[in-house]
Amino acid sequence: MSRIEHKFKELNQTGKAALIAFLTAGDPRVDLTVDLCLKLEESGADIIELGVPFSDPMADGPTIQAASERSHRGGTTMSDVLSIIAKIRVRSEIPIITFGYYNPFFAYGHGEFAADAAGAGADGLLVVDLPPEEAEEFKSHTDKAGLDFIFLLAPTSTEERIALVAQKASGFIYLVSVTGVTGARPALDFSLEALTNKIRAYSGLPVGVGFGVSTPEQAEKISRFADAVIVGSALVNIIEKHSSVERVLLCKVGEFIKGLSCGCYKSESTKN
Amino acid sequence: MKTDPKLPDEKGKFGVYGGRYVSETLMPALIELESAYIEIRDDPKFKAELEYYLRNYAGRPTPLYHARRMSEELGGAKIYLKREDLAHTGAHKINNTLGQALLASRMKKPRIIAETGAGQHGVATATVCALLDIECEIFMGVEDTARQASNVLRMKLLGARVREVNSGTRTLKDAMNEAMRDWITNVRTTFYIIGSVAGPHPYPMMVRDFQSVIGIESRAQILEIEDRLPDILMACVGGGSNAMGLFYPFIDDSGVEMVGVEAAGLGLESGKHSASIAMGKPGVLHGSKTYILQDAWGQVLGAHSIAPGLDYPGVGPEHSFLKDSGRVNYTSVTDTEALDAFRFLSETEGIIPALESSHALAAAIKSAPEMTRDSIMIICLSGRGDKDIQSVAKILEYDSHTP
Repeated sequence: MSRIEHKFKELNQTGKAALIAFLTAGDPRVDLTVDLCLKLEESGADIIELGVPFSDPMADGPTIQAASERSHRGGTTMSDVLSIIAKIRVRSEIPIITFGYYNPFFAYGHGEFAADAAGAGADGLLVVDLPPEEAEEFKSHTDKAGLDFIFLLAPTSTEERIALVAQKASGFIYLVSVTGVTGARPALDFSLEALTNKIRAYSGLPVGVGFGVSTPEQAEKISRFADAVIVGSALVNIIEKHSSVERVLLCKVGEFIKGLSCGCYKSESTKN
Repeated sequence: MKTDPKLPDEKGKFGVYGGRYVSETLMPALIELESAYIEIRDDPKFKAELEYYLRNYAGRPTPLYHARRMSEELGGAKIYLKREDLAHTGAHKINNTLGQALLASRMKKPRIIAETGAGQHGVATATVCALLDIECEIFMGVEDTARQASNVLRMKLLGARVREVNSGTRTLKDAMNEAMRDWITNVRTTFYIIGSVAGPHPYPMMVRDFQSVIGIESRAQILEIEDRLPDILMACVGGGSNAMGLFYPFIDDSGVEMVGVEAAGLGLESGKHSASIAMGKPGVLHGSKTYILQDAWGQVLGAHSIAPGLDYPGVGPEHSFLKDSGRVNYTSVTDTEALDAFRFLSETEGIIPALESSHALAAAIKSAPEMTRDSIMIICLSGRGDKDIQSVAKILEYDSHTP
């Protein structure tokens, strides 16, 4: 059983939705990313999405664009991302997914990436601009290496596309909560529940909801119907704001994740 | 070597290039766009409507002009200029924006967005939006709004909103990123008019088809004037829409040589250029697989060219295919060579060309003298240079007192 599958099983028994935390590798520095990830786990994050910086983050809002630019300027490479994973893996069993745009994966090489990522202890990947139609060749390598290939679905996805993604996906399905780019938002559209149920009709995989999540209250609402709550920009904002003093940064990140993590308990939310 | 006229295939691929590399949010919109386009492509009513506007509004057909003095000066091939600079708004871009805006109208999209580098595509988009009464927003890097200020003013006069892009390289590449982000957010109500044969399927095919009017006319015109096909075609290549438009209708004419001219900027070895085909590697940018300027880790590099419309680190995927198949030869000329050609055409023919088109002219200036006098060359004069005179004056240190 993969670490991701195992994690979802375990959380299912405790009645908690998984809290998936996204941060950009190398923001603010490569060595600090390892400590940040361990802090995320300690504070209640269940899965880490490690962003691979890219020069042209087309689907990201200003927050993650800026993080990607900071990391890119610092010279973070795919190799650095994999070595971060290897360092975390020595100290933790938390599932880790690499998350990014296709070109850095393509430049690294499909087979090379699959072997090196699995070797470093990564559990899966999500490539934003690689829909199932284009993913086949890459996926054949990552499947062999035992990595989960996570695909996105969006509010614009048709029934046909839901069926297609359901057929190709592994690990979990990432449901983009809004028609838009990444970024924290005050309000989320809760027709998402209907969409989640539609996905469930096609796939037995866990469904995670992300894009725009920033508060424990939002986490709580999503946990009522989804299997995972994904937080990105709100966390990256905190990293940006407190990156100058390491101890403060880790403390603030921990505090934020603890709050969200509490929001992910299903028993609590169903009582409301 | 022949290319398959049926390309792209059903996945939007030209060989290994092209395709649809976008986030899921856009996939349904691209599939919808593809089927809407295929439906109107052969619809006689749509064709008649487009033809009406091309003729009566854009001023087509544009002349195929025998550049007599230029030919004599160079002392080789007989040179014809395809005068896209005479099309309404001053460049070939209108051919495509008319087609796409009429399609947007059919699809009942109340809002249109576009990216622009030189501002020519932005102006052409703002123009058709005014014509068809559609809300219009144009994304343009701040580097370009500075060096193409007159086009910014034109877009505003035409009623468009110009959104300055401050991220990344602040040029065409990042204007396109920002337009994509807007599209992801407003995809239900918005039609994105991509200005080149780039982007995800069906754009490279659709833009090529709309621009093919350049080559279809040129082919008929040269047959009428010279009673034979040309020996060589030349066009500048940034994203490559004017080149694809000229080349495509000649692609099966195996005797017609084709040359795409990239921007070598300060020189290929300087690292400051836009020659994606000469110096790039296959990769994925803005939704399609193609030659891209990138580092060893797949990070896209900034491009450079004196011509803002060529200042782009990628190229249309069909060009990548034509490069690999050998059907088209690609070469490059520097900023300086383009500037020399800019002055040369102005002084010999009384035509001020766009800096983009000056790249095709510069390559022609090099190769025409080596050809025999009975050989025929067609150069795509893709746009006029009015937009460039301020920046050229600055570089050449001209002012109104210069004799």
